[in-house]
Amino acid sequence: MNNIFVYLEIEDGIVGDVSLELLTKGRSLAKQLNCKLEAVAAGYKLDGIGEQVFPYGVEVLHLADDKRLAPYTSLPHTSLLVNLFKEEKPQIALMGATSIGRDLGPRVSSALFSGLTADCTSLEVGTYEDKKAGKVYENLLYQIRPAFGGNIVATIVNPDCRPQMATVREGVMKKEIKDPKFAGKTRKLEVPKYVADTDFVVEVIERHMEKSKLNIKGSPIIVSGGYGVGSADNFKLLHELAATLGGEVGASRAAVDAGFSEHERQIGQTGTTVRPKLYIACGISGQIQHIAGMQESAMIIAINSDPKAPINQIADYVITGTVEDVLPKMIKYYKKNSK
Amino acid sequence: MSFNIVVLAKQVPDTRNVGKDAMKADGTVNRAALPAIYNPEDLNALEQALRLKSKIEGATVHILTMGPARAAEIIRESMYRGADGGYLLSGREFAGSDTLATSYALACAIRKIGKVDLIVCGRQAIDGDTAQVGPQVAEKLGLPQITYAEEILDLSKNKITVKRRLERGVEVVKGPLPMVVTVNGSAAECRPRHAKLTMKYKRAATATEKQESGNDYTDFYDSRPYLNITEWGVSDIEHDIQWLGLTGSPTKVKQIENVVFTAKESKRLTASDVEIEDLMKELIANHTIG
Repeated sequence: MNNIFVYLEIEDGIVGDVSLELLTKGRSLAKQLNCKLEAVAAGYKLDGIGEQVFPYGVEVLHLADDKRLAPYTSLPHTSLLVNLFKEEKPQIALMGATSIGRDLGPRVSSALFSGLTADCTSLEVGTYEDKKAGKVYENLLYQIRPAFGGNIVATIVNPDCRPQMATVREGVMKKEIKDPKFAGKTRKLEVPKYVADTDFVVEVIERHMEKSKLNIKGSPIIVSGGYGVGSADNFKLLHELAATLGGEVGASRAAVDAGFSEHERQIGQTGTTVRPKLYIACGISGQIQHIAGMQESAMIIAINSDPKAPINQIADYVITGTVEDVLPKMIKYYKKNSK
Repeated sequence: MSFNIVVLAKQVPDTRNVGKDAMKADGTVNRAALPAIYNPEDLNALEQALRLKSKIEGATVHILTMGPARAAEIIRESMYRGADGGYLLSGREFAGSDTLATSYALACAIRKIGKVDLIVCGRQAIDGDTAQVGPQVAEKLGLPQITYAEEILDLSKNKITVKRRLERGVEVVKGPLPMVVTVNGSAAECRPRHAKLTMKYKRAATATEKQESGNDYTDFYDSRPYLNITEWGVSDIEHDIQWLGLTGSPTKVKQIENVVFTAKESKRLTASDVEIEDLMKELIANHTIG
């Protein structure tokens, strides 16, 4: 009772990174709150799930194995969580801010009348004082997220309703195994007790899932472009530099909106969060929503024709110049000096 | 046969273009400096609705929005593009609503509208980026949902077929009506204003707007009922007050902080050959690259 639950995203029997990251975060929250970490897996042929998640410190794995639960559809997974949560009364429930978690989370929170905060960038434990009611709440989950296009950061709490629900994007939390030999318990759920036949109203006719070809999140070097790059053509220079240095190309929201680059390359609050060894920001002004997704890069080089671009403030090196001028020189001098 | 489509839309501050003018000296956002716009993905939703309207005989498209009096602007904007009319839900009782209280209020208003066959809305609004209101309205109404829609492919025999664009793929799903569909920004762009419709609906107004204009146009509007934008307050919808506004919002904002990044001490370089070459040498020497 009153434990921390993580909903597991499963594709082809593999638990998604975002879920493993949440298990890692959930474990540290459970330690702080002196409760247990539990996980929910819903899908088909889930025998291999336990060995994937127990090393992260999952004490109880709730397993709903039913052919009809895969692929994911909204209503059956909602009913499963709603009824399981009514039974188990978790204090916190976490899920990925993915196309599944952002479909499922709101529906579950509405059914339980429990607050949900989307796209949290940080989760902490703390107190909250409701001055009007003269009440102090201990050990609440602080759900911290950027709002208003990333220009402010809000700390949200759910004082009275349980579970306290939050979604988090992939890559925001770090995943870390607790103990490869950790042995949790598996609890098999009798699916018809939780999910009604009438929940299966939406059918998936076709489905093409691709393993992401890009690995921006895992790339040690990222050459990223903004609106200031000027054109999709100039973005080719970024690709050339990235290929030369062995990195990946990223983009700001403005560059994606302008059609210079694909959506899957977007870095920032509404894209991917990255922490590379080197981040080269080309023609990026540095809107807060972008900076939020790359500020933890070990080294940042900003190339901008505007010497007052906000991104310069967080850069280690500021090159005042245009992309057309600077990038070919970087390529040339890298080739000349590397062995 | 009638087929009633309701589009949920929101007027939002244009957070995508927070320029230097939009930040006050103390670093806070100057909301007044941000233009109020039609939430972009709601326009994608409107386009899907208008396409159905042209395919299905007797189909109507109405906008439902919750907001202050000026939010009637987006209802008019929708009418210029082909919508039949709209409903503005407005009142201080709705203030301070989180996504759940908002969804409850919208669900009450949809029940009041009556027979609704399809509800479409944008996946998310750019001021909150939560993507919660669509699914929560569906849950409140006990309807199924299809999120991340890119295109409504078919609507026949009381079933809707939708192509969904997900982070890592594409799905085609089929489900029964009535249904709530939330539409992605990757869907077709909304058609522009239609000149004739813009002329026709230019003076469409809510009761509040008519009052504020000060002139007595009663006869004018009585003879042109299509220019009346329905305006509802809390007393017009059947509701339980405890689920509205602040009391109906399980989430509370504990704290708001402006984002301030700690400035680093940065090295300034020019684009000269010498400086770029030195930089590349340095990066190679400290194993950042190479």
